Amino acid sequence: MKILVLMKQVANKDAILRINKDSTWIEEADLSFEVSESDGYALEEALRIKEKVGGEVVVCSMGAQRAKSVIKDALARGADRAIHVVGDNVGHLSPFAAASVLADAIREERADLIMTGLQSDDYGYGQTGVILAEILGLPHATIVIEIDATGDELRVKRELESGWYQWYTMPLPALLTIQSGISQIRYATLKGIMAAKKKEIKEVAPNAEIVNRPSHQRIEKVYLPQKSKQTQFLGGGDAKKGAVELAEKLRTEARVI
Amino acid sequence: MSSGILVFIEHKSGALNKTSLEAIAAAQKLGGETGQSIMAVVLGSGNQSLAQDIAGYDLAKVLYIDHLKLADYTPDAYATAMEQVVRAADPQYVVMSHTYLVRDFGPKLAARFGKGMISDCIRMNVEAGKVTFTRRIFLGKLDADVTSDAEAPLFVTFQSGAFRPDQATKGGGAPVEPMQVEVGEVRMKPEAPFQEVKQAVDLSKADVIVAVGRGIKNKDNIALAEKLAEVLGGDLAASRPICDAEWLPIDRQIGSSGQTVAPKLYIALGISGAIQHLVGMKNSKTIVAINKDPEAPIFDIADYGIVGDLFEALPVLTEEIKKLKS
Repeated sequence: MKILVLMKQVANKDAILRINKDSTWIEEADLSFEVSESDGYALEEALRIKEKVGGEVVVCSMGAQRAKSVIKDALARGADRAIHVVGDNVGHLSPFAAASVLADAIREERADLIMTGLQSDDYGYGQTGVILAEILGLPHATIVIEIDATGDELRVKRELESGWYQWYTMPLPALLTIQSGISQIRYATLKGIMAAKKKEIKEVAPNAEIVNRPSHQRIEKVYLPQKSKQTQFLGGGDAKKGAVELAEKLRTEARVI
Repeated sequence: MSSGILVFIEHKSGALNKTSLEAIAAAQKLGGETGQSIMAVVLGSGNQSLAQDIAGYDLAKVLYIDHLKLADYTPDAYATAMEQVVRAADPQYVVMSHTYLVRDFGPKLAARFGKGMISDCIRMNVEAGKVTFTRRIFLGKLDADVTSDAEAPLFVTFQSGAFRPDQATKGGGAPVEPMQVEVGEVRMKPEAPFQEVKQAVDLSKADVIVAVGRGIKNKDNIALAEKLAEVLGGDLAASRPICDAEWLPIDRQIGSSGQTVAPKLYIALGISGAIQHLVGMKNSKTIVAINKDPEAPIFDIADYGIVGDLFEALPVLTEEIKKLKS
């Protein structure tokens, strides 16, 4: 089975984010980056399927040259080769434009299964995968937490809300978006890191016509969230002192003790 | 010219998903401030009575689409049916709640109109006819104001809790109009939905909840939180990563994939406050957060916060409360 995994590079989860001077995005200089969390789980599921049924895992990432670190890490974990759609601004495309560019870049791969995370940790649109499936004419399932790819058809377990689940069956080829936290992600071994150096990374230019189209949604302004509550911060940096003050406040102000 | 607002009503075998009332409230606000009428759409099979219930809200009409292939949800059937409804109704906006179901078919529907959705909005603002939607980005760390000058229809989804269900205003009874759609091949075959474990713990009635997140670091440390819960006479709960790691059973999970709670006191220990967690607990009366990261989104909704080491604060807090209680 040929499995293609889409992975996006995003700002490190623990990074302190500074808003850029135009207030349209974050300041990316000096920032550390990592793979969007749920995309990491998509790769892990792809590698597990390959171990069970054989085949090939191809990783595709779209972004600036720095996205190579995500690709190299995926190759070190066990992906066979990679496609890098290179462009400085392609990480900011609307979900429809991003899916259109990706469709052009991977269509000829004719993968049996395309997998990606359920949403990116930066924009969080949660749409690129589904729109890509629609453009490529594939059936899809989102928020998938378990996959059985051993039969002629694909059987997947989807998470619904409030503790409910549902299995769906669909023909291949298909596209799945994967939930975070569903498995233990493997580490790259030293052997894997060495082997990755010989693996192919094909660079592809994004379709310029799509990239230059006006976006159907535009960010006017980025800012720190307005607080819905005025938080009383206690202890002034001393956690123990804060705890003593908190106990008192819970009794006298909040009256919950 | 396109006009009006079409609001999507979600249900499970005829049982209304309450977030659809939030979507109605959002559509009524958008319609009121832009001077447009509001239609609702119900897809299903034999769900006429739900359409009648929805007609009780202040709407211009309710479109009811009955088709055997809409009895069980599939993205193929829903996107195809909705595409025909949207083309026929020709609205300026399609308003939906950002539920798991809408996340599954909504982007597919929007793609058929050459665009994506303005998804997971937490607010909107109308000024001189210009509509600005606000979305959370970077897992809730920042807000982004978003506008669109794309051609109608625009697809907008609102986060659960962005509006309250009781903000949806009732009306004098809207007409229910049946509409025919064609649904072709449906490629996904759904099995019956199920619950993994019978919910052994019902946290929705708890007065006090002590919840732990990633910041608790390891399974053994949960005992510290348990001690605090004990002293307070409360229940122990957790954010998703803790239940994924099986440090606590899944029926203790708070958030969109777990339980929704509103206790008198909610103490969040080492929980950063991802949106998925916040939607499950933000209506708690008093919220306390202890976290080392001063930028953690949990502090946006906390009444009391301690920025610092959870393992320093926790034993002291437990002792102090024990003293106050005795």
